[in-house]
Amino acid sequence: MPAVVIDDVYKKFGALEVLKGVSLSVDTGQVVAIIGRSGSGKSTLLRCINGLEVFHAGRIEVAGHNVDQDPKRLRELRKDVGIVFQSYNLFPHLTVGQNIMLSPRITQGVSPAEAMTLARDVLAQVGLSEKFDSYPDNLSGGQQQRVAIARSLAMRPKVMLFDEVTSALDPELTGEVLLVMEKLAKGGMTMLLVTHEMNFARTVASTTVFMHQGKIWESGPSKTLFADPQTPELRNFVSAGAH
Amino acid sequence: MQTFGWPEAYFILRAASWTIALTAIAFVIGGIFGGVLAIMRLSRVKLLRRFAAGYILVIQSIPVLMVLFMSYYGLSAVGIELPPFLAASASLAIYVSAYLAEIWRGSIESVPRQQWEASASLALTRGQQYRYIILPQAARISLPPTVGFLVQLVKNTSIVQVVGFVDLMRAGMLVNNATYQAFQIFTLVGAIYFAICFPLSRLSRHLEKVMNASRSH
Repeated sequence: MPAVVIDDVYKKFGALEVLKGVSLSVDTGQVVAIIGRSGSGKSTLLRCINGLEVFHAGRIEVAGHNVDQDPKRLRELRKDVGIVFQSYNLFPHLTVGQNIMLSPRITQGVSPAEAMTLARDVLAQVGLSEKFDSYPDNLSGGQQQRVAIARSLAMRPKVMLFDEVTSALDPELTGEVLLVMEKLAKGGMTMLLVTHEMNFARTVASTTVFMHQGKIWESGPSKTLFADPQTPELRNFVSAGAH
Repeated sequence: MQTFGWPEAYFILRAASWTIALTAIAFVIGGIFGGVLAIMRLSRVKLLRRFAAGYILVIQSIPVLMVLFMSYYGLSAVGIELPPFLAASASLAIYVSAYLAEIWRGSIESVPRQQWEASASLALTRGQQYRYIILPQAARISLPPTVGFLVQLVKNTSIVQVVGFVDLMRAGMLVNNATYQAFQIFTLVGAIYFAICFPLSRLSRHLEKVMNASRSH
């Protein structure tokens, strides 16, 4: 059963059409990478999936929820769909532990003791057990991003979205975040990631989607897609060394 | 002729306690309404947004003195008699609510948009977003301008004398009219204003430090 179905989605910012009929299906446990130039619509597509952007036509279904703008239905959807952002977006006034426990406590009614166990669990998963009581400002970018992943995982999501999560990081910090994501992928998490890390897309994602001018220009199994691009645009993009 | 002595000084000190009481009442009541107005101003409901914006615009555009005249002389002209203390506190509270609403709206808006997005993505309701994520951060941002406004308010309460209310400033003037010892009297009055306002500024700086410290263990 597909975990994500995107069916002929259109999206405009004012007069500018950024998504022009995008269709994509992601199976449970599948890892799909979305690549493309800035402005190709890849981040917008990802943000449509959890309702952060409103699309104008088409249909998206994720983890059994239909995406629309009804606040209550949107909240139910978001309990099942985690998202990690480029700029981490941790809550600076809360400790790492509080960042992670907040939503399980108040949106899922998890008891304080359970929330604590849960938070320690997910922090261990991202290798940051010792940072439970730290404030985000005292962590490196890579550590903050791993906490952001842990915060999403604490919701026990069925699908995880990653929006250029390593783009703000120094190369030496990128590795630690990618490692966490690779572990997640191997653990069977359904993942959609917008990325500039071609190597990561090639090795970890089973499918890669190349977006260009608001459309899915080319897609297929990652290994063949990178080895043998069919369109001149993708050939250009790949040979330009990512960006 | 009367001379300036202990009874006069005591009279001025008593009036100072009225200035403090009036400031406190106006600040608390105005603060409650100001908070509600700030949230309304940022509401998704157009009508609430418009209403709050209109109220703030009107109150900020007229002198607080006029609100005071309206609530005391204006209302009594149509048969509603408010005691001076009530008219004074209500007028000041109205004035405070409009200004604090704007200060706090600005503070709420200066919390980065991504904090809204991240908390929405964690399935929080709008109320929960405000309570757990946005307001705690906005409070920190709003502290210096809020205290700055409070210090202004302490001094601006002196306008209540126009409805016959004897506040710190008015008490000084009354004693001066009886004794003509302006230098001593207004030195005392000024010192009392300073004694009220200075600790407020210090408190603000202290709170800022405490709040900063809590983010960097």
